Amino acid sequence: MEFNATLLGQAITFAILVWFTMKFVWPPLTNMMEERAKRIADGLAAAERGKQDLEVAEKRAGDELRKAKQQATEIVMAAEKRASQIVEEAKDVARTEGARLVADAKSDIDQEVLRAKETLREHVALLAVAGAEKILRHEIDKAKHADLLASIKAEF
Amino acid sequence: MASNATEYIKHHLTFWNSSHEGGFWSIHVDTFTISLLLGFVFVGIFATVARNAKVENPGRLQLFVESLIELVDTQVKEIFHAKSKVVAPLALTIFCWVFLMNAMDMLPVDLLPWVAANIGAALGHDPHHVYLRVVPSADVNATFAMSLSVMLYIIGFSIKAKGLGGWGKELLTAPFHAHNPVLALFLAPINLAFQLVELAAKPISLSLRLFGNMYAGELIFILIALLPWGAQWLLGAPWAIFHILVITLQAFVFMMLTTVYLSLAVEAH
Repeated sequence: MEFNATLLGQAITFAILVWFTMKFVWPPLTNMMEERAKRIADGLAAAERGKQDLEVAEKRAGDELRKAKQQATEIVMAAEKRASQIVEEAKDVARTEGARLVADAKSDIDQEVLRAKETLREHVALLAVAGAEKILRHEIDKAKHADLLASIKAEF
Repeated sequence: MASNATEYIKHHLTFWNSSHEGGFWSIHVDTFTISLLLGFVFVGIFATVARNAKVENPGRLQLFVESLIELVDTQVKEIFHAKSKVVAPLALTIFCWVFLMNAMDMLPVDLLPWVAANIGAALGHDPHHVYLRVVPSADVNATFAMSLSVMLYIIGFSIKAKGLGGWGKELLTAPFHAHNPVLALFLAPINLAFQLVELAAKPISLSLRLFGNMYAGELIFILIALLPWGAQWLLGAPWAIFHILVITLQAFVFMMLTTVYLSLAVEAH
């Protein structure tokens, strides 16, 4: 146990070491460690937020998908409806067209019949007249009995 | 052998004094130089790490330093509740410096003295008169230098927290308190005596605890070194292993008690 100036030297060394640690060692290291703690906390919070965002996005994607499916079904249904409608319309058109064609044909036939009848009538008249003429040429004067012939002709 | 052993022990327990006659103004070159070098080791490592500290991907050394800082920071925050920029760095310095000084005890007891003796001989000195004690904390000068500095911190913290008047009043009125002015006047010197004893007891207990442990440890290593070489490991190994605990514990205790004393200083009685 021998005290001497070593004590003073040691005290000075100690004071310098404490000062140095206080100035250049402790603050930068603790600041850095605090910053790291903060960064880790931020990172975890960001991860949590990302997870929530993902959940929301997944939910929205599901909704969109469901909506799209529903829309597709609606479109298909509308298309089917429209197709059957078009078929019905086409049938209608075809039916009326057919009816019209039939009617046209009928009227044509009627006209033809009329025309044939007319022609036939004229032929028959002519033949009758010719026959009568031949008969009457021997018996009646053509000029005298013209009125009578005309009335007969009209009767046909 | 007996005189030889005594001489061996005496040689190991003699400081490298700057003056042959000793005296107050001489210094222990070994204690001073070795503790200074260890201080440089401490601040060198820590300042380098602090300078290159990375928030991400810290290296092994940085992690080690960080774990020490974390250890000290937790202890200080638990004990010392006031705000202070000094206490935690002070505690860290004490822990690391004392640990490094104590750790010199782990070196073979004859290694550095033998090196010193050879260097001394090469420089033309008598190797028998080259002294080197390698454990600075086994020198009362080193331990008292720290503990008296701690006492100055205690006084400084007391004055800063309570004011010079407040601290003076506390010295005279605690621990014995009286409302009667006459009785208070009578109790004042008793209180002062108690307080001064308490104040003095702190650095003395701090430094003598550390000194005693390290001196005893060193002495036992010296005694073990006197055994026949084949038997040395039998005692040397257990003692060295046990001493790993002692050197760490003593450094830790010094740090903790310093923090406790400083927290007592800023808290009102």
